[in-house]
This record gives sequence, C-alpha cells and structure tokens, in this order.
Amino acid sequence: MLYAVISLAAMGAVFGVMLAVASKKFAVEVDPRVEEILQALPGVNCGSCGFAGCSGYAEAVVKGEAPVGACNPGGAEAKQKMAAIMGTDTADSGMERKIARLLCNGSTSNSSMLYKYEGIEDCHAAAVHYSGPKACHYGCLGLGSCVKACPFGAIKMGTEGLPVINTDLCTGCNICVQTCPKQLLQLAGISQLVDVRCRNKGKAKEAKDVCKAACIKCKLCEKNCPEGAVQVVTDNEGSVAVIDHTKCTNCGICVTKCPTKAIEKASPIKAEVCAVQDGPSENKPAGCGSCHICG
Amino acid sequence: MRKLTFRGGIHVPGHKEQTCNLASQPAIVPDRVYIPLSQHTGAPCSPLVQVGDAVKKGQKIGEGKGFVTSPIHASVSGKVIALEKREQPGGNFVFCLVIENDKKEEWDEAVKAPANPGGFTPEELRKIVFEAGIVGLGGAAFPSHVKYSPVEGKKADVIILNGVECEPYITADHRLMLEKPDRITAGLNYIMKSVNCSQGVIAIEDNKQDAIAVMEKATAQEKNIRVVVLQEKYPQGSEKQLIYACTGREVPVGGLPLDVGVVVNNVGTAAAIADAVELGIPLIERVLTLNGAVNKPANYRVRIGTLFKDIIAASGGYTGETGKILAGGPMMGKTLYNDEVPVVKGTSGILILKKEDVRSEKEQHCVRCAKCVDGCPAFLEPTTLVKLAKKELWEEAENNDLLSCIECGSCVYVCPAHIPLLQYIRRAKQAVQAARAKAKK
Repeated sequence: MLYAVISLAAMGAVFGVMLAVASKKFAVEVDPRVEEILQALPGVNCGSCGFAGCSGYAEAVVKGEAPVGACNPGGAEAKQKMAAIMGTDTADSGMERKIARLLCNGSTSNSSMLYKYEGIEDCHAAAVHYSGPKACHYGCLGLGSCVKACPFGAIKMGTEGLPVINTDLCTGCNICVQTCPKQLLQLAGISQLVDVRCRNKGKAKEAKDVCKAACIKCKLCEKNCPEGAVQVVTDNEGSVAVIDHTKCTNCGICVTKCPTKAIEKASPIKAEVCAVQDGPSENKPAGCGSCHICG
Repeated sequence: MRKLTFRGGIHVPGHKEQTCNLASQPAIVPDRVYIPLSQHTGAPCSPLVQVGDAVKKGQKIGEGKGFVTSPIHASVSGKVIALEKREQPGGNFVFCLVIENDKKEEWDEAVKAPANPGGFTPEELRKIVFEAGIVGLGGAAFPSHVKYSPVEGKKADVIILNGVECEPYITADHRLMLEKPDRITAGLNYIMKSVNCSQGVIAIEDNKQDAIAVMEKATAQEKNIRVVVLQEKYPQGSEKQLIYACTGREVPVGGLPLDVGVVVNNVGTAAAIADAVELGIPLIERVLTLNGAVNKPANYRVRIGTLFKDIIAASGGYTGETGKILAGGPMMGKTLYNDEVPVVKGTSGILILKKEDVRSEKEQHCVRCAKCVDGCPAFLEPTTLVKLAKKELWEEAENNDLLSCIECGSCVYVCPAHIPLLQYIRRAKQAVQAARAKAKK
C-alpha cells in the first residue's frame, strides 16, 4: 500500500517536472491577433475567402498573405474590426456587398417539362438523365441543391419551383454558386439590380418552345440600352443576352423592352446583412456520419 | 455438383418465357436511320460524310481520334439528309447522322470477304476489329480492340465469353447462342488468336439448358474451349462477378480483368467479330429483344440507328397504357421519355412496362435489415454509403469503397423501405469523380 502511494507520487512529481520544462521549452508563439480576428469573423467556415475555414483566413491575414476585406459573410463590420486589429486603413475598401442572383425565370408556369422526375431531391442527380426533367436544358431544376447548400438559410424553395434568395440573409459566400449544376447562380454587387434571368443559348424558337420567359435573342435590349451594357453574346454553344454590370445604370429600359420579360429589375437591397443565422440551416442535419445515432 | 457462382447477389424473376423460344427475325428496315456519332465508351466520332452525300451500306461514316474510340458505319444505303442532336438510349443527347434509306441495300466496295481469314496475324485481327467498329455488345460498348491490345507486364491466359444474360426479359444472347453457335465459336477463336491466349470459356447460366447443349455440341471439337454452367443469379453477367465465378480470381478494386489475366467479351461481340473477320462486314446490325407490353414480343436483328418507335410499330404497337419504356432490361436499363430514340450498338433490349406494373413508392426510413448488404455483389454496405451521401460526406464515402459499386441495382430491388439507394450512390460517385477531376487540374 505504502509502496504504491510513494511510487505513484514519485512518478507524478517526475512527469510534472517534465511537462513544466517541455511547456516552456517547446512553447509555440501564437500571435494574439489570430484569436482576435477569429472573434471578429462570423465563424461559419464557408470557405468563400479561399482559405481553409475562418481560422485559416485569420492566420493568413496576420501573416499578411490576405487582405482584411476578403470575408464576404462578415461584410463591412468584420472588415472594420479586423482593420482595427491589424492597424490598417479601412478607407481603401471599395468593397461592395455581394449577393447571389438566380439567372433563370423558368417557373412551373413558364417552362414545360420533358418528363416526370421521381428520384432523389438533388439537382446533380437529376441532371444526369437527359440534362434533367426540365425541357429547357439550361434551366433551373428546382430540386433545391442550393437550398441545402446555403449555410445561412438564405435560400428557400418558392411556390413556383424556383429557389428564392432572401437578400437580407445572403452573405455572398459563393457556396450556392459553386453548387448549382447548371451554373445559374451568380454573385453581383447590391447596387446592380438588373439581371437577365435566362441562360438558354438555344435558337429563339427552341428556347421559346420550352419556356415562356426565355431570352429569344431579339436584341431589343441591346438596341435600346443607352449605356451599351446589354449585349447578346454568342459563343460556341449559342447566344444569350448578358448584362455588363460595370456599365449598367439600373435605368430599367431593357426591362420594359424585353418581350418575354426575361430581364428583371430587383427592388433595392439593403447595404448590410440583416441577420446571420447560427449554425447550419434546418435542412441539413448536424452529424458526423461516423455512427448511426443522429442520422 | 455445386454450380459455380459469385458471393452475394439476388434472385429476380426471369420473365424470359415470352421470347426465349422465338427465333430472331430481321426487323423492319426503316425509311430513315439515325446513327449517333458516339455509341461507345471513349472519344466520340467526327462525321466523314456531309449532309447531301450518298452513302452505301457498311460505309464508314464517322471516326474518332485517339486509341479508345470506335468508328461508325452506315447501316443502310441512301443519302445523308441531316446532322442533328437527338436523345440517346443512354440518357444523353448526341449528334446523329440521319440517312434516308433508298432501299437498294447496296454494299460499300470496302466490304468484302478476305481470301484467307485463317491467315491473319494478331495485329491484323485487332485492326479488323477496330475498323469494323466492334464494341462490347453486352451494354457497356467498350471498344473491343482496346481489350485485345497487349499491355506491358500483363498477359491474358483465359478469354471468357459472356452468355449469362442475367437481366430479366432479355433473350437476345440466348437466341444468338441457339442460332449461331458456330459464329460464336469462330469469333472466340479469333479473339484468342488476337490476344495470343490458348484458353476459352463460354459462360452460360443454368436457366438456358438448350443453349448450354447447343454450345457444348458446337465446341465439342475445340480442345481449348469449354462451356461453363453458372447458377442463375443476378448480377451473374457482371464482369467481375463472372470472372470470380468462372476462375475464382478477384479483380482488384479499380483494376481491369486483364490484371488477373482475363479478357471478357459478350457472345454477341464474338459473333460480330466472326462476321467482320470472315465476311468483312462491319457492325451495322445487332440482336435485341423487344419484350413487355407490346402486341408481338420478339427477338429482332435490328439495323443500328432504327428508331424504337419503328420497331414497336412493326410489332403491332403497345398494349394497354404504357408506363415506362426502357432501353435494356428492368434492372440496369435506362428509362426513356419517348420512343423516338435510335438503337445503338449497346442496346440489348427494349422493354415496355404497363402503367399498372410501374410502382412509385415513397422513400421510408432504413429499417437496418441489411438485405442490401447481403445482396451487394461488391461486398459494400449500401445503406452506409447512402447515409454518407445524404450528408454529402463524399470523402468518407470514398473511403468506404464507394467506387467499387457496379451499379447493378440489387440493393434497390431488395430494399423493403424503398430507398433509391443506387441513385444516392451514383450521386456520391459523381461528386467524388468531380472532386478528382478538379484535383487533377
């Protein structure tokens, strides 16, 4: 009994000394600013800055490898806090809040279907079979892959079979843009209100046959735009009207001229993200998948 | 004696009695054929003819670049009237050469029987196989000459001809074995010669006793060829499962049959090779089974490019209300949304299901019965993979051997909760492959 107590105490003392020495000798210097910047960031780990999560970005900022304004979800507030921590100037920004836009107006009432899809609710899975159930091969499949992907709960499926982006909640993190198999989501600054909501590059008649709201390449927008901002752009796939947001002044003439209402003007968007929801959206159950308890 | 087979798998009703006793007959030769420029695995073809050109039967009208590709040939004589994008049986859209049939059936000058087909060297044989546009006729449509080409450090010592036909409703290979056993045997000999291999095996499921007897008789004089009888089970005709059943060898994950010294071909491919070598005829026709809710189910010899619609109309049309049109069988076939789809080299059957036979069940929760695990011929846990796919944990799924899935659909067939397991697995595979492609860049 006594031997056991003594030997345990001796071992404890030896290990204690070893740990004390090691913690002094092999201490890793951590810049306290990393922790501070991490506090200033939203902590969603969306990856839209191009670094591995918020901590990766924070470290890069402290090392001077990344600018303070690269966090889209954090917006101006995070930027100011970070600039204060890093002691840099915030006036150089010019960074405008960006939000995602859906470039398709092929709602259930506008577009026709090729077949009835009965598989899993995933746009990628549906797109494998004849480019998806929608007659328009360029159109939104409406199965909600973007809704599931959005870490901020900013996208909901609308009643017309198209996702609706909540401009108050969207942080411009770019995740939905990368998710959409049809590349129909695009980031644009909040001052830009006019979008061509069609990506159908097929011939006018083919496009019109499959969707009432398709771009029919009539070039009325191009002819009427006072700034030369709208152009029907042709590539090897075909042609479709595209707005150059650097030139567009939101005058809305093209919106009134477009015969199929493929061009739309959004209502003004607030300059700041209104609420950042904590954690993943309700559609995505939390869980690591390595056991079977929660899933 | 215990019959040879693989581990796992399921038993599905064969539904072959409707057509297995019907001799294959020439199908209608339509007024127009639609020949897709890509009917095979590998590089698609570019057209060699232009709209307005006259073409003859058997004329090469398209060829691709590179080694893994296969040329295409006109299946009728006539005039090229269009080049248009059309739906394919594989679930995609491909440009097709549309040929207006002049009904003269004139053969191209290049199609002629060689004087001494027995004297070809292995290289010459492979060239003939390539030039004839021969691809695997079992369904995957992999260019055959690629399989026969020597790979350094690997040597095939056995050729397996796949006469299993485990897919329900399809009897095309069954009829071919009954009707042309000598062509199949001759084709197998040419394959063995081109691969430089001395052992040939013809594998047949035990539900085709008549075909087994006929093939055994046809190969009685061939010392190097034997007929192997396999247990009736799905997916017995899948390449890896077939190799295991016949030889006991296991193809490694991500490997090819050649890694274990085997080359597998369909019996139909062998017959097509015999025609190409001895008669010089390229692949412009194949046997397929039309089965299900049509007035006259049949086995047809169909010209490549014939629309499903024409074949179905010539068989007396649909009976009752049509629920689904499938290219292939019910297990691995693809659903079509209309019948204006051309027959391609890999089309082994057309199956029409009645509306009342098509069930659409709501997905329910997994009850953890493990029927899918027992049934999986690739020894995977489909239910785990689906769980991971639902959470988009692609890497984790990949670590669970996701890519070994052969997409046979056994798990979906047995699932009592009606979970579309295979679709989730396919989605995960798609994501993993996309991530790999991205990493390569």
